[in-house]
Amino acid sequence: MTDTARFERADFQTDQEVRWCPGCGDYTILATVQNYLAALGADREKHVFISGIGCSSRFPYYMNTYGMHSIHGRAPAVASGVAAANPDLTVWVVTGDGDALSIGGNHLIHALRRNINIKILMFNNQIYGLTKGQYSPTSEVGKRTKSSPFGSLDYPFNPVSLALGAEATFVARTIDMDRKHSAEIIDAAYRHEGAAFVEIYQNCNVFNDKAFAILTGREEREDNRIYLEHGKPIVFGKNGEHGVVIGPTGARIVDVASVGIDAVQVHDATQAEPEVAFALSRLAHGPSGPTPIGVFRAVVRPSYNRLMQEQLAEAQAQKGPGDLKALLRSGGSWTTN
Amino acid sequence: MSEDTATQDLPAPEKVDRVVIRFAGDSGDGMQLAGNQFTASSALFGNDLATLPNFPAEIRAPAGTLPGVSSFQVHIADWDILTPGDNPDCLIAMNPAALRANLGDVEKGGLVIINSDAFEERNLAKAGYDISPLDDDSLAAYHVMAAPMEDLTKEAVKDTGVKGRLVLRSKNFFALGLVSWMYGRSLEPVAAWLTDKFGAESPVAAANVAALHAGYNFGITTEEFHHRFEIQPAPLPAGEYTNVTGNQALAWGLIVGAQAVKLPLFYGSYPITPASSILEELARHKNFGVRTFQAEDEIAAAGIALGASFAGHLGVTGTSGPGIALKSETISLALMTELPMVIVNVQRAGPSTGMPTKVEQADLLMALFGRHGESPLPVVAAATPSDAFATAIEATRIAVKYMTPVILMSDGYIANSSEPWLLPDVDAIGDLSVPFAMTANNGDGFLPYLRDPETLARPWAVPGTPGLEHRLGGLEKEELTGNVSYDPVNHERMTIVREDKVNRIARDIPDLETHGADGADLLVIGWGSTYGALRAGVNRANGAGLKAAHIHLRHLHPFPANLEDVLRSHELVLVPELNRGQLSKLLRADFLIDAISYPKIQGTPFKANEIETKIHELLRSDR
Repeated sequence: MTDTARFERADFQTDQEVRWCPGCGDYTILATVQNYLAALGADREKHVFISGIGCSSRFPYYMNTYGMHSIHGRAPAVASGVAAANPDLTVWVVTGDGDALSIGGNHLIHALRRNINIKILMFNNQIYGLTKGQYSPTSEVGKRTKSSPFGSLDYPFNPVSLALGAEATFVARTIDMDRKHSAEIIDAAYRHEGAAFVEIYQNCNVFNDKAFAILTGREEREDNRIYLEHGKPIVFGKNGEHGVVIGPTGARIVDVASVGIDAVQVHDATQAEPEVAFALSRLAHGPSGPTPIGVFRAVVRPSYNRLMQEQLAEAQAQKGPGDLKALLRSGGSWTTN
Repeated sequence: MSEDTATQDLPAPEKVDRVVIRFAGDSGDGMQLAGNQFTASSALFGNDLATLPNFPAEIRAPAGTLPGVSSFQVHIADWDILTPGDNPDCLIAMNPAALRANLGDVEKGGLVIINSDAFEERNLAKAGYDISPLDDDSLAAYHVMAAPMEDLTKEAVKDTGVKGRLVLRSKNFFALGLVSWMYGRSLEPVAAWLTDKFGAESPVAAANVAALHAGYNFGITTEEFHHRFEIQPAPLPAGEYTNVTGNQALAWGLIVGAQAVKLPLFYGSYPITPASSILEELARHKNFGVRTFQAEDEIAAAGIALGASFAGHLGVTGTSGPGIALKSETISLALMTELPMVIVNVQRAGPSTGMPTKVEQADLLMALFGRHGESPLPVVAAATPSDAFATAIEATRIAVKYMTPVILMSDGYIANSSEPWLLPDVDAIGDLSVPFAMTANNGDGFLPYLRDPETLARPWAVPGTPGLEHRLGGLEKEELTGNVSYDPVNHERMTIVREDKVNRIARDIPDLETHGADGADLLVIGWGSTYGALRAGVNRANGAGLKAAHIHLRHLHPFPANLEDVLRSHELVLVPELNRGQLSKLLRADFLIDAISYPKIQGTPFKANEIETKIHELLRSDR
């Protein structure tokens, strides 16, 4: 990070009143992002926040950068256009579980497979908030909401598994309340070349309060947050007494004492193939028990925008700059007198 | 045997001023290719021409069946023609299905050239013939000439090295060679094209060239083919010409238009018939700085184009009707954020999947009104294949000058047809650019919705410009600041200003010029690809002593300022359209005039004689 004294958080705030419900996790994430960019000494004009529709998608209005509050589900598409048109910009997508995984699911997976240079912050609160409390594609089966009074029948997505399945080159998860960890993950996403997918567990205190209590409660959190740190054995618990091993049938949780620390999986986010990252993502299908937090996967693959620039440069090198007069004659021409 | 020496003892060709030829066969028979090559040699010869390809939506419908028939019609003349011709004077039928599907269109007494090898039991049955039409008198009204094209092709290619199924692939070139003989076309351009395409050493090129010559020579040596025709070059205005299809011209217009507004062209699209070849054409021209993005779906294609516009490019998305339906929410966002964008609709017959390869103009009302909320935007339409070039530039000019999405209407007929095009002077197009906002416009601050007093366009500040950071979005905007606003009076004011901005474009487009008889009793008004048929129909009616006039709209919203005056200066207003009367509804609603709708909805263009007949009918019943 450079030039850290250049900006304060206030430089990234707008004059618009922030209108999320009091106590919403979105406030925390907004503060984290504003503080992060100020600390980064980022040029405001080079950051673009694109959102879809939903509570989280009001985010761009509160960021003193360029931004667009677009259409439900379509933020990855609009952001892809911005990023492909101008690779010098940092393009962020702020989206929610409904916006990204339901109405916008198609754009999300294609942006990820293309590895276009956009940074997707998906606030997952496992509920539809803006429309006042219907179940979302990450709500648990059986969830009773206004639109599922007898319990939801929908099997939920595991967003990290989905992103890995789409062969995203950067996949991570963090928690709104853990500001330090969120900032680290956002920084890693910012520095990654290509599409970065960050799932942020975000509490909706009005329609789905305490959905992540097991990961945020003072009593429970140390036994349930499995921090993934590159190059370190995957252990958790108050004294690091639990660990994760990868076996032929996937990942499982063990007592470190019973298997020995050498048997515990050492986290490597840079593995070319996504199998191990996927196995880790299957440890928790929603925050109902020990849940991995951190960077699951960060691999190098050229971004779509870079490849597009290279292709343009190559075409110009081979054919020379475009000649309109020659273009109109490219199918052959004849002259009459 | 050279072309000259071999023919000196034969009867001289009959001079005709025009001919309509239709190549018809199975969709795997290469009829589009044969037709295109015949067109290319006719263009080089200097004829005026117009073409009409007609093919099934299926890539290969079952061979030999009626749904599998593909055809290519070309009209060549020694004078300025406007349409691909109403009825063929000459039909080439490669199999019984092609004969059955097309014979009804052929002029009585016209030539029917038949590949007799394909008229065997199985093919006849597939086409629904109990008895071969070659064996009864069902073709008595035509001049039928049969050639065993398959046997002769096999014989011709036997030393070229092609084997198996490839052998008969060359039979379209045999047919092309024979027709080239009949109409005095040189084989040189076709042979050169084949060598260029497949390489000089290629057996495929050799086989096709051999079949081409065999067809030509068969004409020379077979007496029934000795009645030939000659069509002199047309006295077109002097200058340099090329033969261009509508989608090609449209793509080139976007490239030239983007340069005129000094913006990089960014085309986001999802393949769809009949718009895909715009994407394919633009993808070839990356050296012009053209970015093409094949998106995951129609919605993404529009979103990507809009994102590119936000970032300071000319964002364009192209599709057909079903794609427009999917893009409509994004078009509304472009309208609300007041960003420039061009949306191309290459219309096809609908609704739903409809008839994807057939022409229709039924998306006009969708272009004007097919969005939620009050959402007016400019709509322009191309009239001919080459006119798609100028129309694309006009759409670009309006989009950038007025900061608005613009819908550009074309259709499947314009897209795939071709015509000779007097090359425009690209330098004369000039500078149509509008500079980006670079500095604050309100003290130290930036008001993204502070409008130009003349055009009502808002300033365009692109991401990356320091000090002008601002947020756009789909929520209603407060005037000047662009902040979110639910204020009732503000909403009404913003709705009206968006409408007013678009209406003001009427001041910035040329008046309509009426073609035809002075003081005409009847005005024919149209838009889009009906141009040729309408113009020719009016000319013919006037030639027969009637008094009719024609205007053709490029600008469908807003209308040119003098439209009402023009309409009111004629007693009768006839509105032929390939839909159920959409423009006529607009004219009635806007001007309270008794416009007479003439709808056609058969997936095929109007014929000039249909228009002429209608004019006769109206003027006769009126007198």
